[in-house]
Amino acid sequence: MLTAARAATLGGPEWLRERRAKAAEELAAMPRPSEKEEVWRYTPIDELELDDYEPLPAGAREDLGALGSAFVKGVVSDLPAYAALATVVDGSTVAVDRAGLPAPVRVGGLEGDPILGQVLDGGDALVRANDAFLPDAVVVDVPPGVALDAPVVIVHWCTAGVAPSTASFPRTVVRLGRGSSAQVVEVLAGAPGAGRGLVVPVTELSAGDGSQLSYAAVQVLGTEVWHIARVAAVAGRDATLRTFSMGLGAAYDRSRTDALAEGPGSTTELRSAYLGTGSQVHDIRTLQDHAAAHTTSDLLCKGAVAGTSRSVYSGLIRVRRGAVRTNAFQTNHNLVLEEGAHADSVPNLDIEENDVRCSHASTVGPVDEDQRYYLESRGIPPARAERLIVLGFFDDIVQRCPVPALVPRLRQEVEQRLVSALELRSGAHGAAGGRGDEDHG
Amino acid sequence: MSRLEVQGLHASVGAREVVRGVDLDVGSGEVHVVMGPNGSGKSTLAHALMGRPGTTVTAGSIRIDGTELVGLPSWQRARAGLFLALQQPIEVPGVLLEAAMEEALAANGATANGATGNGAPGTGTPANGAPGNGAPGTGTPANGAVAERLVQEAAAIGFDERFLRRPLNVDLSGGERKRNEVVQLCVIRPKFAILDEIDSGLDVDAVRAVSRRIERATSEWGLGVVAVTHFHRLLRELRADRVHVLVDGRIVSSGGPELAEELERTGYGLHGAANTAGT
Repeated sequence: MLTAARAATLGGPEWLRERRAKAAEELAAMPRPSEKEEVWRYTPIDELELDDYEPLPAGAREDLGALGSAFVKGVVSDLPAYAALATVVDGSTVAVDRAGLPAPVRVGGLEGDPILGQVLDGGDALVRANDAFLPDAVVVDVPPGVALDAPVVIVHWCTAGVAPSTASFPRTVVRLGRGSSAQVVEVLAGAPGAGRGLVVPVTELSAGDGSQLSYAAVQVLGTEVWHIARVAAVAGRDATLRTFSMGLGAAYDRSRTDALAEGPGSTTELRSAYLGTGSQVHDIRTLQDHAAAHTTSDLLCKGAVAGTSRSVYSGLIRVRRGAVRTNAFQTNHNLVLEEGAHADSVPNLDIEENDVRCSHASTVGPVDEDQRYYLESRGIPPARAERLIVLGFFDDIVQRCPVPALVPRLRQEVEQRLVSALELRSGAHGAAGGRGDEDHG
Repeated sequence: MSRLEVQGLHASVGAREVVRGVDLDVGSGEVHVVMGPNGSGKSTLAHALMGRPGTTVTAGSIRIDGTELVGLPSWQRARAGLFLALQQPIEVPGVLLEAAMEEALAANGATANGATGNGAPGTGTPANGAPGNGAPGTGTPANGAVAERLVQEAAAIGFDERFLRRPLNVDLSGGERKRNEVVQLCVIRPKFAILDEIDSGLDVDAVRAVSRRIERATSEWGLGVVAVTHFHRLLRELRADRVHVLVDGRIVSSGGPELAEELERTGYGLHGAANTAGT
């Protein structure tokens, strides 16, 4: 149960225990998320019996197990290099390989400093639950002026759901000092579950003045798990902050990214991709928040739904008073690969300033007829043509991952799932073909 | 020697009949030019031949070496030896030209080898003598050879080699897209190519390079050509065997290359364009 008493059983320094206790009290008094709220519209959140979940105890798992170890090895072998590799089980860091890390950079657990909650303080019941039940956090702290060439990789191995109704609350904090640069990757994966599990990651990203932060999150959890992730990011003066998320696993996969352009001249770039198969629900929420002048944000979200899966993209561009000369762009493209699948796209603008340039565009639909015809007119059979087009559709977004070393792995994850989804479909609907003009007999 | 025979072809887009009785008989190595004013049905004819969804053949037949194409989807028409260079080539984000050509050659090769599991055209191809059903003449190159052939063909018509590594038609100008179509044509090596306004968007030098390349293809592997165009200029380097004038969905006159020159001087008025327009 997600109770204050349960939170009190988690260890750590005094300040952390107090922080958890406060959050648990607040959580008890808060309303649970409801589909009636705009932020949860189109989701199955009413099915979530949040209070029935049991938080996985800190340190319950001291190692990855064979499956987890193999997974981490696989991730690492696809990367040419990394600056550091943190292995995290259910929110508790079990190992950090710092071999490629310059001395002043810190990658590790929480220490005495009040780094937690600097970017995201407050929030809904799920963020509060993370505050109340996080066993520890992974902290990536890059001092001013340090440039990391290779990515910092954090692999979260989640056992939520291995026992029914268990939950984990991973927390990550990335802080870049003035003029520094780094790439950070979070991969979420897990053991196959016996029942429904819940994974609620919260990530805080802070890009100091003039810094360059590239962040990518890849979610490949098992399809029994509910994954409700929150990324809160803030960019300082002239900083460039790039985020990327790819949702492939989970039964219900929610990825909310709020990016605040806080310093004048800052740029945020948000990229999201999802692929829905089976009966998955993918839920992507973005906020491009402009609080200073001469700021730019650019969002591209692309995804596809197959089977009876559903997706919702809902994004807001917010330009606060004083954020003159803002440029903000939002683009969402959704491919609906089967009749039983469905995608909703809800772009929104909230502009309080005049001298701004904002645009949004979205599409929802099947594979483009003209593209299909074009390839088929080259002799490519329909199933192959469609596979090329859909893989191309994803490649377009995968290549924009701000951590380039991750691209081959992403491509492989997408292709593998897509090919089996498309094959399932052609099996269900008979051999492809039979288009073209009507035969008059 | 192959033949593309079109007989009594009628085609509609939606409820509107646009092609209203077209006959063509094109042999290997021949160049037929279909000229006509705007709205005469040239592009619809091209799409009716290739089988674009939404363009419905309501009567007539299209045969390659006796194989009926009407009723077959586009990819099977392509496998039978037909190619269409589109007037407005389509952007396909994320799909590299090379990947598409590899798929195309693999598909054609599978048929040529008879090794396909998922359906040769199914209309009795063997009746006409199986040879040449796939990639005519050249056989199917190993995949590694596709890149090489793309480079060669790009060089032949001044298509910037960098564009070969781009997704299909993405960020290409109108003229570059046309050259891209010709590169694909020469990599696939079909029996017959329909060129829908291949010259539009190309400058004078590019038109010359493209028409020379196509002319060479007519002897190199016996490509038969149906070139649909407004303009005479394509024919400076590409020698037409027959010229057909398409007005209001019908071929109103046919002749030798001199007919194209005459049209250049007199326009389509003498061929009934003014009288029939709008009917």
